Amino acid sequence: MKGVIFDIKRFAVHDGPGIRTTVFLKGCPLRCSWCHNPESQGFGVATLEGRTGAIEVGRSVSVADVVDTVERDTSFFDESGGGVTFSGGEPLAQPDFLMALLERCGALDIHRAVDTCGEARGDTLLSVAAQTDLFLFDLKLSDSVRHREFTGVGIERIRDNLMALCATEVPIELRVPVVPGINDSAEEIAALAAFVAGLPRALPLHLLAYHSAAMDKYPRFGMPPPLPDTPEPVADDLTSMRRRLEAAGVEVRQ
Amino acid sequence: MNERVERLRTESFETPITISAERAELITDFYRENIGKFSSAMMRAKALEYLYQNQTVYIGADELVVGERGPSPRAVSTYPELTCHSEKDLRVLNNRPMTSYGVSDEAVAVYRDKVIPFWEGRTIRDHIFEGLSEEWRAAYSAGVFTEFMEQRAPGHTTLDGKFYQKGLLGFKADIAAALAALDVTADHDAVAKREELKAMDVACDAVITFARRHAELAETMAAACEDAARQEELLRIARSCRHVPGNAPRDFREALQMYWFMHLATITELNGWDSMNPGHLDRYFLPFYQQDCAAGTLDREQAREWLECFWIKFNNHPAPPKVGVTAAESGTYNDFTNINMGGILPDGSDGVNELSYLMLEVMDAIHLLQPQGNIQLSRKNPDRFLKAACRVIRNGYGYPSVFNADGVVEQMVRCGKNIVDAREGGTSGCVETGAFGKEAYVLTGYLNTPKILEITLNNGVDPRSGKQIGLATGDPASFESFDALFAAFERQLIHFVDIKVAGNQFIEQLYAREMPAVFLSVLIDDCIKNGMDYNAGGARYNTTYIQCVGIGTITDSLSAMAQHVYGEGGRKSLRRPVGYGGQAEVGGPSVALRAMEGKRKSEDGVDMSELLAALADDFEGKDELRQRLADETPRYGNDDDAADDIMRRVFESLFTAIDGRPNARGGEYHVDMLPTTCHIYFGRILGASADGRRAGTPVSEGISPSQGADRHGPTAVVKSAAKMDQLRTGGTLLNMKFLPSVLKDEDGITKLSHLVRTYFRMDGHHVQFNVVDAEALREAQQHPEQHRDLIVRVAGYSDYFCDLSRELQDEIIARTAHEGEQ
Repeated sequence: MKGVIFDIKRFAVHDGPGIRTTVFLKGCPLRCSWCHNPESQGFGVATLEGRTGAIEVGRSVSVADVVDTVERDTSFFDESGGGVTFSGGEPLAQPDFLMALLERCGALDIHRAVDTCGEARGDTLLSVAAQTDLFLFDLKLSDSVRHREFTGVGIERIRDNLMALCATEVPIELRVPVVPGINDSAEEIAALAAFVAGLPRALPLHLLAYHSAAMDKYPRFGMPPPLPDTPEPVADDLTSMRRRLEAAGVEVRQ
Repeated sequence: MNERVERLRTESFETPITISAERAELITDFYRENIGKFSSAMMRAKALEYLYQNQTVYIGADELVVGERGPSPRAVSTYPELTCHSEKDLRVLNNRPMTSYGVSDEAVAVYRDKVIPFWEGRTIRDHIFEGLSEEWRAAYSAGVFTEFMEQRAPGHTTLDGKFYQKGLLGFKADIAAALAALDVTADHDAVAKREELKAMDVACDAVITFARRHAELAETMAAACEDAARQEELLRIARSCRHVPGNAPRDFREALQMYWFMHLATITELNGWDSMNPGHLDRYFLPFYQQDCAAGTLDREQAREWLECFWIKFNNHPAPPKVGVTAAESGTYNDFTNINMGGILPDGSDGVNELSYLMLEVMDAIHLLQPQGNIQLSRKNPDRFLKAACRVIRNGYGYPSVFNADGVVEQMVRCGKNIVDAREGGTSGCVETGAFGKEAYVLTGYLNTPKILEITLNNGVDPRSGKQIGLATGDPASFESFDALFAAFERQLIHFVDIKVAGNQFIEQLYAREMPAVFLSVLIDDCIKNGMDYNAGGARYNTTYIQCVGIGTITDSLSAMAQHVYGEGGRKSLRRPVGYGGQAEVGGPSVALRAMEGKRKSEDGVDMSELLAALADDFEGKDELRQRLADETPRYGNDDDAADDIMRRVFESLFTAIDGRPNARGGEYHVDMLPTTCHIYFGRILGASADGRRAGTPVSEGISPSQGADRHGPTAVVKSAAKMDQLRTGGTLLNMKFLPSVLKDEDGITKLSHLVRTYFRMDGHHVQFNVVDAEALREAQQHPEQHRDLIVRVAGYSDYFCDLSRELQDEIIARTAHEGEQ
């Protein structure tokens, strides 16, 4: 079983609990304007024309290749309550490869997180859920039209999938990238709060500040930056968003 | 800190550092008058007595803890009996741009007229260089090793807690008992022992006299003082100095003053390396703190003020300046006092107490160059303690450093020490393991392992001088295999270790005979019981360390040759994707980027003659080869067994060559893996190396990977380092760099603490963290090849700084500078 990944990062400290190794699977059904990893969007190994010449992105690897690397930091996982996080791209876009990775890591008693945008077949997501210890589930925009405008897909299937996941017992953390001018308005926050508060079970939510730093990557990979002038959210705005969400009964984590 | 502490701190920070000729002049007067009259032990004791009867006594305007080595803060004493500075040395010290020492014309005159004429040809340094072999001198000049004792006395020692229970009068009683027990008819050494014990007794009196002179000065100052509050403080100082150090301290404040007199006396008697280390101050001071708090005579804030004043005293004593190559190898004002906190108590229980936390706060507040501090972290210590330390580390002073207390105990038990003594021990200086108050563990010099490889590659010749200083182990172009090369290196290594050890034996015996440390011997078990000096093997444990430097550089160099010259799995490895870490690990875009930027895959091996020629020419015109050696070689620090197995093999060779050899004091040699700043000097006298390192640039430091070699993050570094069997060393040093923002929140602190705990689960000895600022980032921007391992938090993810675009780097620098202003 082989799949395409574009990076493995050890000592990833922002992708779930503890010290983690994050495996970035290549290819994503979404095209978010604020994407941190634009080079990872396309499927398969690709050669991109970058600022400094051709850049080969992605690598075809076996399950054993990936697991051998992940397993190397088991002591750190044990000490810190960490583990492996499958991110992307969109990990669910390579479902068989992801399942094989999850099963292998599960057999090694390694805590498994899946960082997903939720855009996948419902049955795929549920079978992945049976092999996952934690979902990091992204929510972006509340309105399907705008969701399509900024990510390329509508919101319906993502929401259905989240509902279906809520019916399982797998822990879920919601992650919301806060992008000024796109999803930080009072209406957006109110809609988000209402949606989260109305979910069948209470889920904690993380606000992730958009970083314009990511725009640096676009020219590096020969792509025009989609949000050239978007500022980063200021701390005060994030705090007030957090307060409003908390007022609506949503648990917001740092 | 309050106003008093602020003033004292500013004074200690801003007072210019000067040379005081007072000690040199007094010691010269005494020796000129008394030479030949006494045994060497008694000569040293009476010299200390003469100093303490005559040297300037200083009490600063606001001080609570009193006493200086020199006539005033930051006026540095010199030790002409060990190393006599020449007039030229003094001028250089005065004028050099870095780590200068102000030398007045008067001081130069004293040296010129009195000190130099007497000591010329009589110093320990003179005797050392006269007595060492030609081959020792050749290796020393070539930079194969350094020699600690040519300018400073055996040191790195740490005191334990016994004198807080027993003043010097108590030690005098022990000395009297030992004298009474001597049997001159049955014990051939009894006469020498009697002489040593009597000298110890004189030294105790000398120190009590020095304290009494402080009491007298304090009383005089009190009489003239118009400020009632200060007057009361001065009278308290007087009462303390009449009580300690003769008697055991009665309260917390006297306990601090007690230590300080012990510190001053041991660093005045001789100029031992690493100043003096106080040991586990948190546990020694705790009973006094608790007793005073219960009695209502002390609260936490008062204890803090006293500790802060105490801390500042260390900073008043910059390292005495060195001369010649030793100045080059460690040009710093830091005298390496290192205070231990936490750890394990002698009964094996958790040693963290409320003073451990208070001392971390004091260290954070004072944050001067000295003293440095460390935490001894046991699995028994609470995470709260480690996190408190991490919050100080986050502020970027580079300390406290963090030691594996359980590992330190295991190291000592391996060497045959009693487990209770081992638990009372810890680390001092940089990272050196020792049994506090019971051991003479002497560092004798750094060993330049990449230099030994260079000499091997030149068939015994030092390419810098063209002289044959090693064995002729064969033309490396004729070696059939990597094993043949390695065998030649091992022969060369043993050859140089033999030379080093032979030199050490001579020097240790020289100190034992001519330069006993009689006061220090009072404080270190079992010198009184044995009637033997600290420098002569009187201590309960007697260790000699050789500190090996450049493990990253030599590993990568050997790995490069294994890969490219001998093709041991090398040809196969060469067909792996370029930039590949060597494991089943997959490079991200940054690796892909590197791969496409001007590096080419090569299917051909490198010929040894071609490599040697390139090294001799410092890769002039061979940049492609240099890049290939640097980038297409499995390198230490990436959790890559291809490189790490070579590291282990080198370590085994070092261990086999050094560990267990008998020293001249009845103890054994052990291996340390630390460089201080010697990796700079060793690099300077080393030509280009096979890992692509240019001539003259630093070699790797401690057991850290070569600068820029590690590409897979801190967990990979930790795993590589832990593959060395560190429990068989007497200390290793691992440096890691983080950007402040990585540690800015509690989550970062927690994860740093997990990283440390995991390393120690793997028996790592020590780790310290550089939390770097904008200036360091600018330096990294200019010299990315040396700072490849710098991790920065970019956004919701962390990345290697040097992999980012110039613009993004600038942005992060600006961001960090802003954080620094807060």
